[in-house]
Amino acid sequence: MKISLFIPCFIDACYPQVGISMVKVLERLGHQVDYPEDFTCCGQPAFNSGYWDEARAVAEKVLAMYRNAEIIVGVSGSCGAMMMTFYKELFHSTPLEAEAKAHAAKVWEFSDFLVTKLGVTDVGAKFPAKVTFHDGCHGLREVGLKKQPRALLAKVQGLELVEMDAAESCCGFGGTFSVKFPMISTAMGEVKCDSALKTSADYIVSCDSSCLMHIQGLADRQKKPLRTMHLAEVLAKQ
Amino acid sequence: MSEREQILGRIREALRVAAPKPGLLSGPGQRVPAHEKRPTDFRPWLPAVGDSFDERAALFAKNSAELKTDFQLVANRNELQEKLLALAHAEGWKKIATHAGELTNYAFAVLGLAVVQTGGRYNLDELESSDAGITECDALVAQTGSVVVTTRSAGGRALSVLPPHHVVLARRDQLLRDLPAAFTALKQRYGSGYPSMMCLITGPSRTGDIERILVLGAHGPKKLTIFCM
Amino acid sequence: MNTVAQTFKETARRMTRDLRHRSWIQSALGKYYVGRDEKKARFQNWQEARQAAAEIKWDAVNHLDKHLEEFVSKIEARGTKVFWASTGQQACDYIVNVAKKHRVRSIVKSKAMTGEEIHLAQALEKSGVEVVETDLGEYIVQLREEAPYHIVFPAMHLTRHEISDLFNKKLGSAPTDSPEELTMIARRTLRKKYCAADMGISGANFAVAETGMISLTTNEGNGRLSTSLPRIHVALIGIEKVLPTLDDLALFLPMLATAGAAQAVSCYNTFIAGPRQEGEPDGPNEFHVVLLDNGRTRLLADAEQRDTLHCIRCGACLNVCPIYKNIGGHTYGTTYMGPIGSVLTPHLRGLAEWKHLSFASSLCGACSEACPVKIDLHHHLLQNRRNAIRCKSPWWEKLIFKGFVILMNYPLLYRLGVKFGWLGQKFHGLVKGTRLDPMIAWTQSREAPPLALKTFKDYWRGRKS
Ligand code: SF4
Repeated sequence: MKISLFIPCFIDACYPQVGISMVKVLERLGHQVDYPEDFTCCGQPAFNSGYWDEARAVAEKVLAMYRNAEIIVGVSGSCGAMMMTFYKELFHSTPLEAEAKAHAAKVWEFSDFLVTKLGVTDVGAKFPAKVTFHDGCHGLREVGLKKQPRALLAKVQGLELVEMDAAESCCGFGGTFSVKFPMISTAMGEVKCDSALKTSADYIVSCDSSCLMHIQGLADRQKKPLRTMHLAEVLAKQ
Repeated sequence: MSEREQILGRIREALRVAAPKPGLLSGPGQRVPAHEKRPTDFRPWLPAVGDSFDERAALFAKNSAELKTDFQLVANRNELQEKLLALAHAEGWKKIATHAGELTNYAFAVLGLAVVQTGGRYNLDELESSDAGITECDALVAQTGSVVVTTRSAGGRALSVLPPHHVVLARRDQLLRDLPAAFTALKQRYGSGYPSMMCLITGPSRTGDIERILVLGAHGPKKLTIFCM
Repeated sequence: MNTVAQTFKETARRMTRDLRHRSWIQSALGKYYVGRDEKKARFQNWQEARQAAAEIKWDAVNHLDKHLEEFVSKIEARGTKVFWASTGQQACDYIVNVAKKHRVRSIVKSKAMTGEEIHLAQALEKSGVEVVETDLGEYIVQLREEAPYHIVFPAMHLTRHEISDLFNKKLGSAPTDSPEELTMIARRTLRKKYCAADMGISGANFAVAETGMISLTTNEGNGRLSTSLPRIHVALIGIEKVLPTLDDLALFLPMLATAGAAQAVSCYNTFIAGPRQEGEPDGPNEFHVVLLDNGRTRLLADAEQRDTLHCIRCGACLNVCPIYKNIGGHTYGTTYMGPIGSVLTPHLRGLAEWKHLSFASSLCGACSEACPVKIDLHHHLLQNRRNAIRCKSPWWEKLIFKGFVILMNYPLLYRLGVKFGWLGQKFHGLVKGTRLDPMIAWTQSREAPPLALKTFKDYWRGRKS
């Protein structure tokens, strides 16, 4: 199976280790990966802000770039949801509708790919820490990630998972929402941090670096002892 | 053009463009295949109810306990008489309100208390100051612990809701399985001419409007007792 | 920026800092979540039930003309007077006239969001009639002269002490901290009102076409008393409320109660088919049904968002909405608050002025997941955003997104941009948190993530060589 990666723009620029971890895990499992270097962004920021024409201009390139890909695996629930769900809406009643649907069918989120497609839960990781899991909204509700990441975490040696209250409630990031309504976004983040803190976990783990960026940024500013880590990073630890 | 024609005209104009079918955008955890035709049988999805009378009665009793309804199965008229008298005594009833009916007439006879009859026109203050309203019903619903009453089966609109204690006298064969059965029964009984009010009563009146704390008897009855014979 | 949006932002800023409010709402809803999950689990298949409910509503709304005509002809046959109102003003005028004609002095009103929508109580009061809200929560907020905080739990923001003080001031009752005692104070006061009222006003949760009935759901019994005792009953109903058949209630009543109030079924589900009929001992002599359009046909014409008319006003989407829980119901400044309000209000009151509500969402999708009739709420928020930008977008934002397209569509430019950003970041500290900070909206409450010196693209190149 030839796997084409998609690495969202902000992971490329801010959290390269998340992408690198995904590559390591996939290669450890004996898969070949390929990365279309021209990939930049899925277009979500423009789409969510109401600029659908602009989003389409970016997304068209993405469709073309992955036209011949067999399977596309990405390391973000949110950008995955953009391609799986929202591209269909974005290209609805346009000449590219069929292609958007075909593309959507090839896209997998990393943890879902491992568990559902490959049937793997033990990737040979070892990470002695107590963690709590934050269900990123897009991953949870658009992609259906719930059991998959937990199944993977359960097989990580030395790791203890403690669930927090309202693990499914939004952290408040929401893309441009976080800067258009920072007061609401921040309040939501505080609620999230509080429930994570109550578990006294060492790390908040999630399938979405964007949520973690928001949570970590908030915790650092408020000097709360919280550390965040993407699931791929946990799975890469040995 | 009348307002009616204008509104209907706008509706027809609007409906010329078809809307997407529902559920197409639902996330994976919520997705179920669309039905070919809009469903009419909801039993497979609604809360399950057993088939036998005993199962239905047990479920009705369980729901009643949860709703704080006092539900009592009685074997025969003698037992009904005993229980009614005991209740009247315990609650200190002085005046009751009721309507004409086979079971209600019997209750009225055994209780021997002052009575307000809501068969014809009645005095509202008299009804309001009654200690209990005793009615018959159309059906009991095991699935939800509900009583079905109508203006015809339960002596009008106010009798079952104005006095502080509502007592229902039901027969065993009135205990239906579920909501679909209740609506079928109503249609069969009244299809040719519906009463002006029908009601599904589920427990005594309640509110949670103050700090989401349950309080019984917000406006309607504080107590609901059901005797099923 | 317009003033409505500004007020929204300012109030939101204040409310989100109010930690007492935050924890109050959190704990007020805590019991609801537990109860709702438990009641949902009793369904043999909740997801199937939702799909069925959505399909039935789809059928109802997409054949609205047919069902409405059937409803009207059936209910008129039993002596009901039906009035069609295109606007809220027409509906108010009609009801005020009915009250005048019958020399009505006092009215008891059972909760009706349609009444809030068209400011019916205010119109009646202006004509000199006393209007008393009878739902306990509505009664409380009416005494406080404020809008409902929630479409199902109007007074959930208040503590028992606040309510006790209110009753003490307005009704002269002795202070108490028992919710039970407070409820009984209201019960005693309102009992007198029911018995004295000339007219009862209600809304309807459903209008059954097949049998020509309205279905009215309450827990307190106020709906029954207001429609039983007064000599006139007026029901104000949105035209979208029709359900095709009586049997459909077997699905909708338990779903409404489960999603809305964590109950298996509400306490009183009352089906009213007309005024007092021949041979019946009581009930109103006159029954008026007012069918309200007030922007609903406009929404109907938007096929993409037509399913918004499926709404059964259960309030489930509010209860799960993290925005609602943090800013509270009053901040919206609308009749319908929470996710459904944010979708609906731009249609009812104009997109230009109310678009900010559609942007004030993290698009988490909890609302769509909670909705018993499967309205695609968060998708509609996205569509409202798109429509708003199509009409009018700020020039600077447009410029940003034009730039975004260029940056993302030329990978070389993108790579340069990231490097440039890395460099620029070194100087960010000089302006961070000041008015010159281009990222102030982020950095005023959060640290920014550092850009990496070696990006993933760099890593990949390194691997290849
Ligand atoms: S949109 Fe759905 S969840 Fe929200 S009030 Fe309406 S029916 Fe309930």
